[in-house]
Amino acid sequence: MKSLIAIAGLLCVCAFAGCKREQRVFDPGSSGSQPANGVALNEVHAGGPIQVPDQGPYEESAYAVGEGKRLFSAFNCVGCHNHGGGGIGPALMDAKWIYGSHPQQIYSSIVQGRPDGMPSFAGKIPDYQVWELVAYVRSMSGQLPTDVAPGRSDEIQVKKAEQAKKKEHPPDETPQKIQKGQP
Amino acid sequence: MIIAAVPGFPGNQTSLNPVGPGAGRIEGEFALIFWITAIVYCLVLIALIVYVARRRHSMSDIPEPMPTTPQSDRWAKVAVSGAMVVTVLLLFTMMIGSFVTGHALGNMNRQTAYTIDVYAHQWWWEVQYPNDEPYKTVVTANEIHVPLGVQLRIHGTSRDVIHSFWAPNVQGKRDLMPGYDTDVMMQIDQPGRWRGQCAEYCGEQHAHMSFYMVAEPNHQFQQWLEQQAQSSIAPSTPQTVHGQQVFLSHACVMCHTIRGTPAGSRVGPDLTHLASRATIAAGLLPNTIGNLGGWILNAQALKPGCSMPPNQMTGSDLQDLLAYLGTLK
Repeated sequence: MKSLIAIAGLLCVCAFAGCKREQRVFDPGSSGSQPANGVALNEVHAGGPIQVPDQGPYEESAYAVGEGKRLFSAFNCVGCHNHGGGGIGPALMDAKWIYGSHPQQIYSSIVQGRPDGMPSFAGKIPDYQVWELVAYVRSMSGQLPTDVAPGRSDEIQVKKAEQAKKKEHPPDETPQKIQKGQP
Repeated sequence: MIIAAVPGFPGNQTSLNPVGPGAGRIEGEFALIFWITAIVYCLVLIALIVYVARRRHSMSDIPEPMPTTPQSDRWAKVAVSGAMVVTVLLLFTMMIGSFVTGHALGNMNRQTAYTIDVYAHQWWWEVQYPNDEPYKTVVTANEIHVPLGVQLRIHGTSRDVIHSFWAPNVQGKRDLMPGYDTDVMMQIDQPGRWRGQCAEYCGEQHAHMSFYMVAEPNHQFQQWLEQQAQSSIAPSTPQTVHGQQVFLSHACVMCHTIRGTPAGSRVGPDLTHLASRATIAAGLLPNTIGNLGGWILNAQALKPGCSMPPNQMTGSDLQDLLAYLGTLK
């Protein structure tokens, strides 16, 4: 009997947890709708600390990731990165990250731009939309839970949906084995 | 309802006030079905009331069942068969009427029609007037100007989910599918602004996805078309010059086009001649400076879920931007 109640309780908790991925926040409030203008990679900063923008719950919301997917085409990220496979710009669906795979690092890559082609979008995209893009970019290499990642594309399917992507393991997030015998 | 079925019933966004041959035929078919069913309904009710009244009894005096005779049997047979024949005939009348209407709508002249491209988006309408000389192509949104009395081909498709193009005063509905082009023929014979709306549920703001068909005499239409094909007016006062800079240096430029400036993104509506349109946000609000300001600052409060993000800017920047947008006639 006790175990039954426990299972029922667990199911209730799961049901409530599941609701969060469907939650749609249309108006992010004044802090989220500021144009994104930069991010500090650590707290040490000349002239005093600058505030690190709030990452928010975007990686847990299927709606936010879906919006990120829409913006990825709308803002022409696909022009260089294609749908994750890369072209003029690097591929985003593998484990290789030139400038880091953490959300804050991807955020700064978008806002600050990167040498050899990646433009800076500072002041052009509201903060919350950058985070939506970040969440979507991370879903391309399977970094997000499968229930949040987009399940299908609007265009012709040339690759598996983000949901079905096997998780890649970027070296900066996974401890590497130290190889013996190397200098 | 009976008044509504009389042809010539006034009103906008109603198929009972047809202003073109397409809607006229649909209205004719509606009137045929309405009057047949209304008359039959009344006759059946009258017959019921008459016979109930004739054979009325009190509760204490329950009558014997009516005796049947060969003659009454024959009468019953004739009455039932007659009613059946009349029913079948009326149903066929309505069906044939429906066939004739559908055939006529499908057979509207396709050769000489004037083509207008309509692309449905969540939740607005992109309208293009193609031209053999590409630089004369006109792109606008949510307001479809058309010449009076000219056969039109609305060539439509959707950019995201299934939508449906429906201007009830002009023509029936036509679904617009992503990845599939469709043509619908129409013609407007009465000048005016005829309201239409998306008629296929397409998401949160489906109800706020309307458009206007503006029918005007041909010379007036050609004038409008020529004016719309021009680039935007260059800002002339310091305020509007700064307003243009605000537009180009903020998020606006990520989605909107203003021809004649570096802004050229095709995600949101073309704003080259924004001030010439009567409404903003797909017919949601009249195009006034106050509404436009509110829309720019927080569109999510007015049309939650739409693609326009909230924008934060200083009061003076917003005033200058509004002044600049106001010059885009």
